[in-house]
Amino acid sequence: MTDSMLIYKIILCVIVFAVSLGAAAYMTWGERKLAAWLQDRVGPNRAGPLGLLQPIADGIKMIFKEEMIPTHSNRWLFILGPCFFMLCACMTGVVIPWGAGWESGGTIFPMQVTDINIGLLYLLGVVSIGVYGVMIGGWASNNKYSLLGALRASSQMISYEVAMGLALIALVMMTGTLSLKEIVAQQDQGLAFVVYQPLGFIIFIICAFAETNRAPFDLPECESELVGGYHTEYSSMKLGFFLFAEYINMFISSAIMASLYFGGYNFPFQHELGLDGNVLTIVQTAVFFGKIFIFIFVFMWVRWTLPRFRYDQLMNLGWKVLLPLAIANIIITGFVMLFMGKLG
Amino acid sequence: MLTEYAFWFLSFVAVFSGIAVILSKNPVYSVLNLIMTFFSIAGHYFLMNAQFLAAVHIIVYAGAIMVLFLYVIMMLNLNNLETEKRSNVLKLSAVVAAGLLMTVLSGAVQTADQITLVEKTTGAAGMVENLGIALYRNYLLPFELASVLFLAAMVGAVYLSKKNLNETQA
Repeated sequence: MTDSMLIYKIILCVIVFAVSLGAAAYMTWGERKLAAWLQDRVGPNRAGPLGLLQPIADGIKMIFKEEMIPTHSNRWLFILGPCFFMLCACMTGVVIPWGAGWESGGTIFPMQVTDINIGLLYLLGVVSIGVYGVMIGGWASNNKYSLLGALRASSQMISYEVAMGLALIALVMMTGTLSLKEIVAQQDQGLAFVVYQPLGFIIFIICAFAETNRAPFDLPECESELVGGYHTEYSSMKLGFFLFAEYINMFISSAIMASLYFGGYNFPFQHELGLDGNVLTIVQTAVFFGKIFIFIFVFMWVRWTLPRFRYDQLMNLGWKVLLPLAIANIIITGFVMLFMGKLG
Repeated sequence: MLTEYAFWFLSFVAVFSGIAVILSKNPVYSVLNLIMTFFSIAGHYFLMNAQFLAAVHIIVYAGAIMVLFLYVIMMLNLNNLETEKRSNVLKLSAVVAAGLLMTVLSGAVQTADQITLVEKTTGAAGMVENLGIALYRNYLLPFELASVLFLAAMVGAVYLSKKNLNETQA
């Protein structure tokens, strides 16, 4: 790796980090505006035009609030919980290809921080360890409601990870690769993979809702039963980290869904436009962000439309509906590939 | 050079968190230290270019099994567990067993120079493609037998959890 490439990667890393945080901040604004729209209200409109400065005001408020650590809690683990949750949320952005690449002076600078050949497994790994933040935080609070929230979070995440992984296996069988860059590049010509994997996509999006603890799967913080769930005892910016990481997770899972099933940065007739390589990359990145925001809209739309599940319904859906469907999807994909002669 | 520093750092973390697993009084700390050990071992796999093994190690051990460990320990709430009184026979047999293990390990360390290592960082044996070919062509029968074993264990677990269900419902 040359020096210029190393510097470029570091800059790209910082940009991806900043964009995830910025997008997450404005998603809180978007969520409140959208909720207001769906419920025929106005929403935040005091701070700045259209309430656009609201996220900044919220952030300042969070930082300056009094910080409480309960007396009988475990101090270090209590602090570690939200930090770890935030860290895991920020770790996934590095494997997503945000665009095709820049060409400058004969070298191509890819719009992806790192293209590891086990990209999908890396994502699953980070998702699976993300639950520790919630578990550690909930346990260290030394509060019944927090502990119940933490236990719910762990069993929910483990259950839905299985179906999510199996939904991805069908996609991996089709593409023959685990690298996200390759999967997106294969959708350059032809149809997006959602056409070939509709069932896989539906399973994946349901699991993504469950993994990000979003409604209708927000049982770990179910306020009608558990006060605030795992973050009952948290205040100030530590609470902010828990809430904020949820929005980062939403942003990243929208990006993953857009790249795996909806062609990533590719869009129809992109090569017929006759655009120069670097201009095309800018347009592609803009298109990719457009796709991400559509998914974020779906996340928020569902939250303000569907009521919360009951806990046994959640477990039944995960183990008795999604898991058999995902396995059936793998078998069907295998048979279709066999008859189409795609097997090597 | 960087690889060597990473190796020593990971080994340090692995050994010390391993020791902390057995020394901590609180079972939750033990589990968290065990998770640290698993992470550093996954780092070692990365150094040997076995990326698939590293990722699966984290997903399965750190991401699933240890979450369930933590789940059970938190649910039972085993805070400040009193140490049981152990009989002298048990202590003596533990010392003998540890001594025997020590002998085996020191024997292994003595011949460590003669072992040819895999080509670090350049070897491709740990890549997904090569691992898949090895598992599904050369070692298909053991692989399938292992899956049958897992299936049997799963059926057993389901049976055990369903055993008391009929009595309570009846």
